[in-house]
Amino acid sequence: MSTTNKEIGPPVIELGVMGWLRKNLFSNWYNSLLTISGLYLLYILIPPLVNWIFLDANFVGSTRDDCTNEGACWIFIQQNIKLIFYGLYPTEELWRVNFVYLILLISGIYLLIPNLKRKGWVGAFLLIIFPIICVVMLSGGLGLEAVETRLWGGLFLTLVIAGVGIVLSLPIGVMLALGRRSKLPVVSLLCTIFIEIWRGVPLITVLFMASNMFPLFMPEGVNFDKLIRALIGVMFFSAAYLAEVVRGGLQAMPKGQYEASQAVGLTYWRMMALVILPQSLKMVIPAIIGSFIAIFKDTTLVLVIGLFDFLGIIQFVGTNPDWLGFSHEGYVFAAAVFWVFCYAMSWYSQRLEKKLDTGR
Amino acid sequence: METDKSKIGSFIFNRSVQGAFYQLITLGLVALGIYYIVTNTARNMMERGLASGFHFLGVESQFDIGMTLIEYSPTSTYFDSFIVGLLNTLLVAGIGILFATIIGFTVGIMRLSSNWLIAKIAEAYVEILRNIPLLLQIFFWYFAVLRALPKPKQSLELYDSFFLNNRGLFIPDTVFGEGSSIIFYLLCLTIIISIGIFIWAKRRQNRTGERFPAFYVSAALILSTFIISLAATGFPVSFEYPELKGFNFKGGVKLIPELVALTFALAMYTASFIAEVVRGGIMAVSKGQTEAAKSVGLKQNLILRLIIIPQALRVIVPPLTNQYLNLTKNSSLAAAIAYPDLVLVFAGTALMQTGQAIEIIGMVMGVYLFLSLFTSLIMNLFNRTMKVDGER
Repeated sequence: MSTTNKEIGPPVIELGVMGWLRKNLFSNWYNSLLTISGLYLLYILIPPLVNWIFLDANFVGSTRDDCTNEGACWIFIQQNIKLIFYGLYPTEELWRVNFVYLILLISGIYLLIPNLKRKGWVGAFLLIIFPIICVVMLSGGLGLEAVETRLWGGLFLTLVIAGVGIVLSLPIGVMLALGRRSKLPVVSLLCTIFIEIWRGVPLITVLFMASNMFPLFMPEGVNFDKLIRALIGVMFFSAAYLAEVVRGGLQAMPKGQYEASQAVGLTYWRMMALVILPQSLKMVIPAIIGSFIAIFKDTTLVLVIGLFDFLGIIQFVGTNPDWLGFSHEGYVFAAAVFWVFCYAMSWYSQRLEKKLDTGR
Repeated sequence: METDKSKIGSFIFNRSVQGAFYQLITLGLVALGIYYIVTNTARNMMERGLASGFHFLGVESQFDIGMTLIEYSPTSTYFDSFIVGLLNTLLVAGIGILFATIIGFTVGIMRLSSNWLIAKIAEAYVEILRNIPLLLQIFFWYFAVLRALPKPKQSLELYDSFFLNNRGLFIPDTVFGEGSSIIFYLLCLTIIISIGIFIWAKRRQNRTGERFPAFYVSAALILSTFIISLAATGFPVSFEYPELKGFNFKGGVKLIPELVALTFALAMYTASFIAEVVRGGIMAVSKGQTEAAKSVGLKQNLILRLIIIPQALRVIVPPLTNQYLNLTKNSSLAAAIAYPDLVLVFAGTALMQTGQAIEIIGMVMGVYLFLSLFTSLIMNLFNRTMKVDGER
């Protein structure tokens, strides 16, 4: 009988791949059963999907007759790509849209690269000068040929609506949130009513209202473009949601922050701009980006008032007699594009959340 | 002089005076804006020959609706079409909420599973579904799936009683024969008695500590009453199965494809949000609670029932109702696939015919607004009753 002090390792079955499998997938009989049914589910879903999207799909050709394989007919997307990305925007003017994309891309990359200086200036440029460039470049003026908004469409229109909605609704939302928390009863009541009305109704009725009621509100002769009406609707709608998010951040601020800034003699606006808002907005960044994702997804609704956004145009090209019967391809493509955008936003928000998690 | 100046100064810089001043300005601006809009609207409406008011509600609508839960024909009034639309909205919201809850809770619990594969499948479900616009999902189920189904003759069937084809989903209908009302009343009575048993059992347990199997007793009571009364009245409740007659199905309940697609998409989409709510709620119950419950010797199912679920529900219920409300509001997307809900019937067809934009949009928005405010009222009451003493 030798008593050794040699450490006895865990049984082989608890180590490495086997151990992991045993612990996470087959720890007892019903877990094994669950694993097997999960595997079966994946087996009936994944292979046919991969076959349809990639292996059996048609990528080369120019008409529907070229789609000879069993799988998806991506030629459909390929042939309509201009419509899907730009709508009816005149082909010879497309460089203008691309130019705007390019500016956005460059400044976006600049903002994403860590440790670069003067990010504030780039941000200010994006928020103040860039919108002016957009209006001139996209709709015409200063020697550029005018392009009516009814020709705008596709992914481009979706980005315009979402972009305008996001950029304009944030300041309005912040003002509404401050108004709702104001000590002045009239201001607070008005802001509360405004917020609750917009939040209580579906976006689709807001858009119906924008397209049917706004013309009645305006004096004679003033006629807003359909796109602008939709933009106003989307803007107020998302501002109300953002206001509630921002209010959450304001409420989470410790009272001492308010008292301290008052003690050093800051006025209300300085206190808000320099002390309270920077901290409370930082706290709710994930929720704000969540609202942005919701706005982005909700832009698809503009098709009910006759604007051809990304989804609307895909629905529209599917009704082209030359390409009937390819709705699956259209929807899968649209879903993939939307998913990439939304997932990228939520990924970025998680990253930002980790980065901004200072102190505390 | 100097005292006068300082008096004026202290008047101008007085907080409450300033506040009143700002409020007056705000109120004035808002009133001006409203006045501007109202006068413009009045003039515009006069020019278009539109009479304001709700007289149009009593006028014959002269349009038909594809799916109605109450008697409706083109000779019915606009008010009837409003009710039809409202009921259709509530129907789709009700079914949607039921299925979204079932799927959402399942997926949410799956995400917390110790089984790696199951947790990952649930995560994939959530991440895919909630990042794709709802309208796109509705279009997918409607145009790409349901419209592409075979004709009635080649329907997909289940147990010879459920049929799915491009005309919709056909399910058996329950037929209540003579005497079924007695069963219904008896059932109501037993349910009331069971509630009484629960209250009595709880009081007795609080007083004496003795437990009473209230659940089993009342379940046995309800079931036995149901079966005995069924047998006594000679089984008056029967099912009517859909049958293929000619080119379409007769009998049973027909669910139009728009309804099926809309409910399906709404339930799947909202379930991905509910799953996150459920996961968050369960994770919010601290681990110490489970450990403490184990150490006082509670069994696993009792720990779940008495410790985890009540605490998790406190966290889950408010955001869950919010999701229910979202689902109800999102059901207005029905307009895009022509399911006759409130928005399509009333804010669409009726608005087009009468041109009464303000009244109609106002009524539709009012319905949704009422639903949201009512829900938040209930939620506030709920939060008040569920609040733990000493909590902020």
